[in-house]
Amino acid sequence: MKKVFSRPKSLRKVSMHYCPGCGHSIIHRLIAELLDELKLRDKTICVPPAGCAVLAYYYLDIDMVEAPHGRATAVATGIKRVHPKNLVFSYQGDGDLAAIGTSEALHAANRGEQITVIFVNNAVYGMTGGQMAPTTLAGQKTTTSPFGRDPKIEGPPIRVCELLATLHNTSYLERVAVNSPAHIKKTKNALRKAFEHQKKNTGFSLVEILSPCPTNWRMDPLQSCKWIDEVMVKEFPLGVLKEVKC
Amino acid sequence: MNKQLMYGTHAIGEAAIQAGCTCYFGYPITPQNELPEYMSRRLTEVPGGVFIQAESELASINMVLGASVAGARAMTSSSSPGISLKQEGISFLAGMELPAVIVNIVRGGPGLGNIAPAQSDYFQATRGGGHGDYRIVVLAPASVQELADMTFAAFDLADEYRVPVMVMGDGMLGQLMEPVVMPVRKKKKLPEKDYILTGAKRRPARLVKSLILDTKAMEDHNWKLMRKYRRIEQNETRWESFLLDDAEMVVIAYGTAARIARGAINRLRREDESIRVGLIRPITLWPFPTDVLKKASQKIKDFFVFEMSAGQMVEDVRLALDGSGTIHFYGRPGGVVPTPAELARSIARHYYQSQRKQKK
Ligand code: SF4
Repeated sequence: MKKVFSRPKSLRKVSMHYCPGCGHSIIHRLIAELLDELKLRDKTICVPPAGCAVLAYYYLDIDMVEAPHGRATAVATGIKRVHPKNLVFSYQGDGDLAAIGTSEALHAANRGEQITVIFVNNAVYGMTGGQMAPTTLAGQKTTTSPFGRDPKIEGPPIRVCELLATLHNTSYLERVAVNSPAHIKKTKNALRKAFEHQKKNTGFSLVEILSPCPTNWRMDPLQSCKWIDEVMVKEFPLGVLKEVKC
Repeated sequence: MNKQLMYGTHAIGEAAIQAGCTCYFGYPITPQNELPEYMSRRLTEVPGGVFIQAESELASINMVLGASVAGARAMTSSSSPGISLKQEGISFLAGMELPAVIVNIVRGGPGLGNIAPAQSDYFQATRGGGHGDYRIVVLAPASVQELADMTFAAFDLADEYRVPVMVMGDGMLGQLMEPVVMPVRKKKKLPEKDYILTGAKRRPARLVKSLILDTKAMEDHNWKLMRKYRRIEQNETRWESFLLDDAEMVVIAYGTAARIARGAINRLRREDESIRVGLIRPITLWPFPTDVLKKASQKIKDFFVFEMSAGQMVEDVRLALDGSGTIHFYGRPGGVVPTPAELARSIARHYYQSQRKQKK
């Protein structure tokens, strides 16, 4: 019988610790599939984040170095400058990239570092227990915005792709989601494109992935997927925000 | 190599290049800007040379982390307030056991303080500086030649023990122009870098991290680090002494302060032949030359600590002497650099007082 589905080689044979319905496990799998397909596993160096996905290094079977919270793009910069031929990507959450690490991300993008950022936006701080993130939606209740985020006081959510699109040296910016099979397919394509851009040294690439966090959204997995479609994409429209010629 | 006249900051930069440093990351801050300026030019001539003026101190130390884990010899430099910002990264480097060289051209503090030469970062440097149980090697040069020699040595030390190494000077040393002979790299047997990330080609994937959630494993890691630090203490403690043989009082000072102390001691001995003052100069601030002081205290009872701070190293002296001997202290914080004559007056006062007491 022909085998049509199997575990990617770049994904270790261990069960993941993520909550049921969490987007991280899907994203990990997509990365692993791509590294297999593009035959990049033995050329890749990944900088995982502080947050739920810090344990990505137990799941992805590739070279990894942990970064202090928010500093992944700076660490990735150091690595890529020493190994310009390797595929170097960071994997960061919304607090990591859009709050504590904004400066590092913005300047790496502005310098046009030849790295890829996989930016997982689930609108909350997951690991620390669901506090308000820079991408928390207006009115969204979290453990530190118990009455809902008030944009007048807490500011509106930050749109990272739009922000980075204004910078000259960004080469590929796309926002996708992992809440349905069709969207997951698009996410994989976006990641493929970002990696291809990096291979051709076109500049800084980032894929923003809207990802469910049922635990901290206080929803079940299905509701979470629906919430992305019905609420989240209104604030964070999906699509390619920038693509230079590759 | 020939003797050449060089600025302190340039000597640091050139010595780093001679040591095989290919990556410099930094953020401007006075009084050390001539170093990144030098590196920005010089690294373009080095194969694989990388210079980035980073957006912050946080970014620069983390770029160092990235370059180091990628296998390169990497450095950063700054001055006191900037070094405070780097502490997060230094703690990670220590936890992950990654080599790095950090230059601190210390200025007066706390806060923004001033840009004058100071030694008030001693506590921060010798206690690790950031969070967690760790130490870093701290070298304290006292001349432009030593800035070069110690920067050069710092890279080997960092690779040998997989630790961050700090070269701690001040604005006076950095701005000084003195003749230097650049050290030349010789083949040295260093441990193979079997931890670096290059992509998992024909080998299992590697992971470099400091997160250890299991408390027992974290404790084991801490003890492993401590064993390494004990080895460094045994093998790498450096100091220098001056006119110690007949000394009845020993001045303890490092870096710029040690230079001033030498001047003061020469002056005192010239003016009054009965004055017997010597010098112990710690060259490594961590590891601190504890045993040397202990040994000295068998013969000498008066220890005069001079620092360009309100008194930091004096605590290590107290720990080393452990109650034996009397400790005298002269401190000038805030960026004040006393003259040898000023220091000599203070030493003389304490010396004569002590002699009178002993006679009684
Ligand atoms: S808390 Fe949220 S982001 Fe973290 S594992 Fe659970 S669902 Fe995923």
